[in-house]
Amino acid sequence: MSLLFEPTPDGSGRYLDWIVSGLVWTLVLALGAWTIALIAGTLVGVARTLPKGILPKIGRLYVETFRNIPLLVQMFFWYFVLPELLPARIGMAIKQMDPPWGSFAPALICLGLFTAARIAEQVRAGLQALPQGQSQAAFALGFARSGMYRLILLPQAFRIILPTLTNEFMTIFKNTSVALTIGLIELTATAREINENTFRTFEAFGVVTIVYLVIALVAWQLMHRIERAVQLPDLASGKSRP
Amino acid sequence: MMVDLSAIASAWPYLMKGLWFTLQITLVGVTGGIVFGSLLAVARLSQTRLLSALATSYVNLMRSIPLILVIFWVFFLVPWAIGWVTRSGRPVAVGASLTIFVTFVLFEAAYYAEIVRAGFRSISPGQYSACDALGLSKLHAYIYILFPQAIRNVLPILLTQTIVLFQDTSLVYVISATDLLGAATKIAQRDGRLVEMYLTVGVIYFVICFAASQFVKQLQGRLAYGAR
Repeated sequence: MSLLFEPTPDGSGRYLDWIVSGLVWTLVLALGAWTIALIAGTLVGVARTLPKGILPKIGRLYVETFRNIPLLVQMFFWYFVLPELLPARIGMAIKQMDPPWGSFAPALICLGLFTAARIAEQVRAGLQALPQGQSQAAFALGFARSGMYRLILLPQAFRIILPTLTNEFMTIFKNTSVALTIGLIELTATAREINENTFRTFEAFGVVTIVYLVIALVAWQLMHRIERAVQLPDLASGKSRP
Repeated sequence: MMVDLSAIASAWPYLMKGLWFTLQITLVGVTGGIVFGSLLAVARLSQTRLLSALATSYVNLMRSIPLILVIFWVFFLVPWAIGWVTRSGRPVAVGASLTIFVTFVLFEAAYYAEIVRAGFRSISPGQYSACDALGLSKLHAYIYILFPQAIRNVLPILLTQTIVLFQDTSLVYVISATDLLGAATKIAQRDGRLVEMYLTVGVIYFVICFAASQFVKQLQGRLAYGAR
């Protein structure tokens, strides 16, 4: 592991600095995309459970589109195709964004909206797992639909789906590696760069593999703590009251 | 910008060649992944501590790192490993296809292992005791009694994972292989037709995955009905 403390060819520091920079980009991209995914995913998931109107159909279309096209193809869509389809002036402005923002912005949107589709399905499953009595009682008490979702249904649904959300949260860190294809130097790209500079394959990829393992462990711990902190005594056993 | 349909038409045969390679990776990944994954699942349930610890670590390691990183690992390791096995003393060059097949079997096996393990756990404990009572050997018990039931219980999840695998094959782009997306990229760069090629490829992936996921949904309903 002495590799980490050797100077880089560009003279900007040591290889350790490259790894740290790659790690930061991976974390920023994952957490940013996770925020987008949670918000958009919740909205789409709620839309899919509405009783009638056009919103459930739009929700289904969204989920099917984003789930049935590979993440990498979606990445290329946001990076290569979208600027061409927009009016020329806006398209040029997007293409001329300074690196690394030129690849970070499409990657953020892409990963956020991709993960949103998967979260939406989980939110929908959580909402549908609640007993009918919950929404009926909310109506009887005079809640408007928005208040019913915000105060009664979603807080319970999220507690039900927390274990599957944990899985998704761990997946988003791994999926950030796809952003290397559009030029973002995140963790995996850093490993490749170090390997190309030093030909010390084992050390370069070994270090990054360990960093990913640590990320997975920390992410799991974090979600596990949240799960325990928000647990309700009545719902903890997975049963609802009759 | 106008979409040029003739560009798509002239690229079509090459795209289909790419799709064929994509399907080959999927097929190898599924068969190899399920076989190796089932062995891992059985190993995890084994009474031998060391064996189950090894299988558990393998599965957790593979599930914690991105597929792209695994592709890079295998891409650099396989030539080196073959050189070591054949005692030639230095790395031996191998084709990209072999690297890719090995990667997908190794990687997807970890995911299939978890699914098959869930299948084994869904079988009632009585089945295990009955196998013992009938004097079946471990091997026969797994082959004839336990495995068929486990697979049946998790069939929809296995198929859904296979759709994910099919989508994951696009990541072989990172070592410049010519799968469906790779073929599209090569033509896109040669002819400057990024928009047409990537939209076409998106539609092809969508049609295949959507049809497959609808099929899984139907099957799920039928299996749930049959179980009653």
